[in-house]
This record gives sequence, structure tokens and C-alpha cells, in this order.
Amino acid sequence: MIDMTVVDLSRLQFAATAMYHFLFVPLTLGLSFLMAIMESVYVMTGREIWRRMTLFWGTLFGINFAMGVATGIVMEFQFGMNWSYYSHYVGDVFGAPLAIEGLMAFFLEATFIGLFFFGWGRMSAVAHLVVTWLTALGANFSALWILVANGWMQHPIGSTFNPDTMRMEITDFMAVIFNPVAQAKFVHTVSAGYVTGSMFVLAVSAWFLLRGRHIGFAKRSMAVAASFGLASALSVVVLGDESGYVATEQQKMKIAAMEAMWHTEPAPAPLTVFAIPGDGENRFEVQIPFVLGLITTRSLTQELPGIFDLVERAGERIANGIVAYKALQDVRADRMNAEARATLEKTWPDLGYALLLKQYRPDVENATSEDIAKAALDTIPNVPVLFWSFRIMVGLGFYFIAFFGVFFWVASKHRLGDNRKLLWIALFSLPLPWVAIEAGWLVAEYGRQPWAVEGVLPTFYAASGLTLWDLAISLTFFIVLYTALAIIMVILMVRVIQKGPSDKNPLVETPAGTPFVPQGANAHPDR
Amino acid sequence: MTIPFDYEIMRLIWWLLLGVLLIGFAIMDGFDLGIGALLPFAARTEEERRVLINLIGPTWEGNQVWLILGGGAIFAAWPALYAASFSGFYIAMIAILLALILRPVGFKFRGKVQDPRWHALWDWGLFIGGFVPALIFGVAVGNVLLGVPFRLDETLRPFYDGNFFGLLSPFALLSGLVSLSMLVAHGGALIALRTQGAVQERGRAYGRLAALAAFALFGWAGLWVTFGLEGYLITSTIDTLAPSNPLAKTVITEPGAWLANYSAHPWMMIAPVLGLGGMLAAWLALGMNRYMTAFLATSAGIFGIISTAGLSLFPFLLPSSVTPDVSLTVWDASSSHLTLFIMLLATVFFLPIILAYTAWVYRIMRGTVTAETIDRNPNAY
Repeated sequence: MIDMTVVDLSRLQFAATAMYHFLFVPLTLGLSFLMAIMESVYVMTGREIWRRMTLFWGTLFGINFAMGVATGIVMEFQFGMNWSYYSHYVGDVFGAPLAIEGLMAFFLEATFIGLFFFGWGRMSAVAHLVVTWLTALGANFSALWILVANGWMQHPIGSTFNPDTMRMEITDFMAVIFNPVAQAKFVHTVSAGYVTGSMFVLAVSAWFLLRGRHIGFAKRSMAVAASFGLASALSVVVLGDESGYVATEQQKMKIAAMEAMWHTEPAPAPLTVFAIPGDGENRFEVQIPFVLGLITTRSLTQELPGIFDLVERAGERIANGIVAYKALQDVRADRMNAEARATLEKTWPDLGYALLLKQYRPDVENATSEDIAKAALDTIPNVPVLFWSFRIMVGLGFYFIAFFGVFFWVASKHRLGDNRKLLWIALFSLPLPWVAIEAGWLVAEYGRQPWAVEGVLPTFYAASGLTLWDLAISLTFFIVLYTALAIIMVILMVRVIQKGPSDKNPLVETPAGTPFVPQGANAHPDR
Repeated sequence: MTIPFDYEIMRLIWWLLLGVLLIGFAIMDGFDLGIGALLPFAARTEEERRVLINLIGPTWEGNQVWLILGGGAIFAAWPALYAASFSGFYIAMIAILLALILRPVGFKFRGKVQDPRWHALWDWGLFIGGFVPALIFGVAVGNVLLGVPFRLDETLRPFYDGNFFGLLSPFALLSGLVSLSMLVAHGGALIALRTQGAVQERGRAYGRLAALAAFALFGWAGLWVTFGLEGYLITSTIDTLAPSNPLAKTVITEPGAWLANYSAHPWMMIAPVLGLGGMLAAWLALGMNRYMTAFLATSAGIFGIISTAGLSLFPFLLPSSVTPDVSLTVWDASSSHLTLFIMLLATVFFLPIILAYTAWVYRIMRGTVTAETIDRNPNAY
């Protein structure tokens, strides 16, 4: 029998390490493009201040990137370590985008990041600019392939179950790549990263202005961040990944849970602005008619099913899944059983639903109607958490549009720094993109539960058969090390920011033979 | 879509590519690990340590992607291997990960505070980040040669009967030392090649010692495999074109079975000869101050040593010591034919590009690293 404590701890570890990793990824995505834009201006205009901007933000980028690498390597190996049945069951499909991510994206990013820091003075300005752009592109390609992999977990298309190998296998790789859920997620996620990078640059620059330091530097940085941030904030909201949510049952379940929509509403469904979701009903509901149906279905007539209707459907699929499960057992017992193969061929898409029963009994084929009812109820994710996470994310999304809109307007009037209140608002808005992003991932992944791969593989069934001790040891070490590193990183970033950008230009490598001119501690902002 | 190679050939190609990626990792990131393990010993002053750190600082991140890609490729091409080995070696993997986490932050954080205690802290961090993975990767390979205590149930779910301390058998520890010494020799050769003065001299001396140790330990391990170790042998027929199902064969253990491939195909002896010869040549070349030769020799030695392990095991990927019949092999642990083909296309397209830009980056960063060259770059670590 599967040890549910081990499963829960494995989930905790994966969630914690993934959410921790994603504190650094969005800043990498956003800041790399901002640096590339700043360096482009430097190369085009030849004005030294733009190079100083590239360098200063680059130093902060480097600290953040180191944390991203340190935590990312854990992600790559954790699937095999903690989710070994997942790895076996879907590795044929899921492994490919991860490996291509390494080939196409991470190699590019990680190879050129070194030259970004060490290549100044060793190559022409244009060549260095190309290096910076390649680093940024690598980071963004990386996000593409990771989200192709993640998108498949939300909407597993382009693949089929093979009873001979007991796993999912690719049938159409193009479908996996162009998975609508993955594409929507990609645009949404990288845009969120650009918002984060813009907010970071804007907030730190606001702090400089509040302190009356590095005025020209800060204003230019703010102007770039405000325009990039406005475009990104619009993109992140308008091209939200909600559109993909109607694709499948569990995505529908996710949207119903996000909206705490217990019963099917006549189309187009209303949007619930506020409610206290309870068990099966909401209190203090405030709704706007039609809006939810319009934004999710893009139609006036398509109906959005409520949670209880979806549970009923899940029950039917579990019953059908038991048929598939029996057929699978027959095929495993006798590979030549053509009749069983034909049955499985027809019913395999519901096989995963039968596996939901494994939590209640190992002999799925003998499940009672009570077992099925219990397993069907398991398909409901945590409604209050989803409801509120979604509202936090969306609320912040609209705030970002207003925020960057205001700063864009002020910047275009050349009045940045006139209004101190606005600068304080910018400074205190700094953590908000991270809040929105983590809330977004909570909606996406917690909302995917009870599935590791939607409709295909339940999360509890995907875990490794580790011991409690294994998990206790790894969790303890991760928590201690990650906490220590987070503290150190924040202290180092604050020190770099307090020191501020260097006013001198220490970057021209002195040609061999000329004496090195010491420029004092201030000239070495990142040492 | 018709796939130009049949399933058997495709599996063979991916076995070779697995070797390419692992050897690529050991050669490209191996000197980073080796130099990490040498850091507190080969460099004693702050200036010397910064020389070593900045020697590998600009390129180690790209090099580490060989490991990431290796992990991704095993996931994609050999999912059963990825599932059984990574969960089976759980605590060992955690130790490797914790050590590897210390590398990026060690490089980046160390120079940001000017305090000798701070520097010393991260020097040990970088040492662990080099020493621990270099040792444990070898211990893991040793355990693969011994057989790993895992079972598979009817649904192909892996179960692991051993624990972390079970991994630390004498032969596995010997393999760990082979791996550690070969990577330290490789790192020492690079130090000798690209630094000056006292650091260079110590890098040369430690590299020389390590090359000799790698030669002797690898030879010892070879004798152990020949005379003291039971290998694995498939006794049933195996359909090399069938869907991957590791439950469909019978396997026995037999003394000397790991040498069967060398008896059947004597040309394969090139691998162990290259392993021994490379390390011996590195020892000689470092003695004669021929540093480029030494670096190429350690590279060749690493190539030979890893190939030897792979060729001995073939067609096994992960033999099971408790239920040999479910051992994972090249013929029954791979991805589907189509996935292997898609991954091959991606690899054939991207790997040459990766090699090209990596070579370009090394060209840009070429030259001896000294305290002066470091001081010219404010971004230096």
C-alpha cells in the first residue's frame, strides 16, 4: 500500500523547492531582457551611462541567477528521486521537452552568462551585446520548454497508453509542443517574469531617487522599466492562460474551483467577485453577470459546468476506468488477448480515473459504488485556496497595469522623481509580482490536484517508495540550506544596491603592459 | 512519420549518446569539480584562490549543463533507468545536489564580502561542491557494476531494498576513488596549463599524484572486476525490437561476466588501455612540463575509464542484485521508438551548435589567468 505520509511530504518538498526556485526565475526572465535593452541603447548611442546601467543591473542579475541555477538543478533530478513512478509512467513524453530545454535553451543561457560577466573588454561592443541577447533568449527558450512539459501535465495530448510498456508514449510530438495550454502558459509566464524584472528595476530606482542618489541613472532605468513593464502587464492580463482552462475536464474543474462555482450556471456564467466559499455553497456572494462565461469560453452560449456536475462526470469516468483497468490486467496476463486489447484501446483515456481508487483499495476491479463516490469527490481541488489565490493574482495583475501606466505617463512627461509618494508606492510594490506569481502557480498546480498528469496519473500513485527517514533528511537539509541562502542573497543584494552603480568606468580591460589603475572600492561595485 | 533506423539501432545510438553525454560531463565539468576539490590545497593565499576560482568562473556554468542535459536525456531516453536509479540512490543524490547547490552561490557570493572568514567559508563550500559529486558519481558507477538492490512489481513500479550505507561497499568506494582521482588529475592538468607560479606548481604536483593514483586505482578496480566480481548475463533470448518491458527475460550472475564483451570483441580493449594509458601519459607529461599534452591525456583517460565501465556493462544499464531478471538493459528500458527518434533529431541539430559556441567562448576566455588579469575585470569573482 502507498504510504500517504511519504506522498504528502514528497508533495511538500516538491512544492517548496519549485516555489522557491520560481522566486528567482521570473527576475531572470525579466531582468535579462531589460539588460539587453539597456546595452542595446549603449551600443547604439555610445553613452556610457547605459553601460553602467547594464552592469549594475547585471550584478544583481548575477546574484539572482546563481540562486536560480542552484535551485533549478534540484528540480531536474527530483522527478526521478521523489516521483519515480511518474518518471516511468510519463517519461517517454515528459522527458523529451526537459531534455530539449537543456539542448536548446539552458546550454545557451549558461554558456553565455559567463561571457556576459567576463567578456567585457575581450570582444567588440556589438559582440558583447549579442552575448547579452543570447543569454536573455536562452532564459526565455528555457521557459518555453519547461512550460511545454508542464502544459502536458495539465492537458496531456499527443500521447497514448501502451499496455506492453505500462506507460504513456508519444504519438504526436507537434501536438505536445503546440499544446494550447502550454502556449498560453508560456506567454503568460514570461510576461509575468517581465513584470517582475520591471518592478524590480523600478522599485530600486525609486529608492535611489528617494535618497537623492544616482538621479540620472535611476530616471533612465525607471523609464525603461515603466515602458517594458506596461507592455508586459497588459500582456500578462490580456493573454492570461485562462483561455486554456476550458480544454479538459480537470481544467474545467479548476476553473469551477477558482470561481467556487458549485453548480452549473446558465451561459454566460457570472463572475464571482467576492465570496466566502464553504463546503458546497458560498456565503456573501457578490457576482457580475456574464463576465466569467465571456472570458473563459469566449462565447455567449457555451455552458460552464459547476463542481458537482463535474464530480458526477468523474464518477462515470471512474466506472469506465474500471473497465479499462480490467482489460489492462487481461492484456498483462495474456499479451495475445485481442479482445482485451480492443477494449483497452477504447477505454484507456479513463484508466487514470480508475487509479484514483488505489487510495482506497488495491483491487480496483472490485470497487464498490461507495469507493467510486469517494474517489470522485477527490477530484475537487481545495476550493477556498484556489478561489483566493486566483483573486490575489488577478487583482495584482490589474494593479500592475495601473501602476506601470502611471509611471509610463509620468516618465513620458519627464517628471519622474517629482512625486515622492509615488516613489514610496513603487518601493513598497516591490514584492507584489512575486506574490502574484506564486499565487498563480498555486492556482495552476494545486488546482491540478488530485492529478500529477490530468486524468492520467494521480499524484499519490506517482510517488517513489521512499521511507519517512529519506524525506525527513532531505526536507531538513533543503529547508536549512535554502533558508540560509535566501538570507545571504537578500543581504548581498541590499549591499550592492546600497553601494549603488559605480560612477567610474572600470570596464575597459587595460591592454597588457599598461599599469592597472586602482580605482578604489567604489569602482568595484560587485566585489 | 517513418523512422529511418529500426528500434534496435535507435537504442544502440542512444546508448552511445548516453556515453557521449556522461563523458562530455566528466571531461567538460570534470576539471571544474577537480579544481573545486583541489582549491584549499593547491591555492593557499587569497590571491591564489581567486586565480583558481576565476580560472573556471567564466565557463563552469555552461559545463554543468552537461550534467543537467545528461539527467534530462536519461529521463527522456531511459525513463525506467531514471526512475529506478535516482529514487534508489536517494540519499546519495541528495548529497550530490546539496553539494552542487554550493557551487553557483559559492562562485557568486564569495567575492561580494571582503572578509577572510567569509572567503574561507565559501572556499570549503566550493571544495564540497567539487569533492562530493566527484566521489559519489564514482561510487554510483561502482554500485551499478555490483548490481543494485531494486525490484519491479507487475506495474513496473520500482522498489528499493537497500539504504545509503549499503552503497558504501569496498568496491564501490574504490570506484569512487577512481572517479575522484581522475577528475582531480584533470583539474590539476588545467591548473598547470593555465596559471603561473606557485599555484601552477602545486596544480602540477597534485595533478601528477592524482594521475598516478587514477592509473593504479583503475588498474586495481579492473583486477577486482576480473577476479573478484560477479557480472550479469542474460540467459533467455531477448527481442531487441520489442516494446520496453524489463520483466520478459531471465538473468544470472556469474564471475567474470563483465568481461564477456571484451572476449567477444577484443577491439573493445582499447577502452581500458586508453584509460590506463591516458592517466600514465598525464603523469609523464606533467613531469615533463608538457601541460597541453597532459590535459589531453587526462581527457583521453577519462574517456577510456568511463567507456570501460559502459562496455563492461553492455547491454545492462542497471543490474538488479535482488531480482536479476528485472535488471534494466538497453533492450528493455528505453523510451519508445518515436521518442528516441525525436530526441535524436534534437541532439543531432543542437549538439554541434553547442560545441561550436562553447569553443568560441573558450577562445574568447583563453590565456593564462593571473592576479593581474583578474584585477582588470571588476566582474571577476
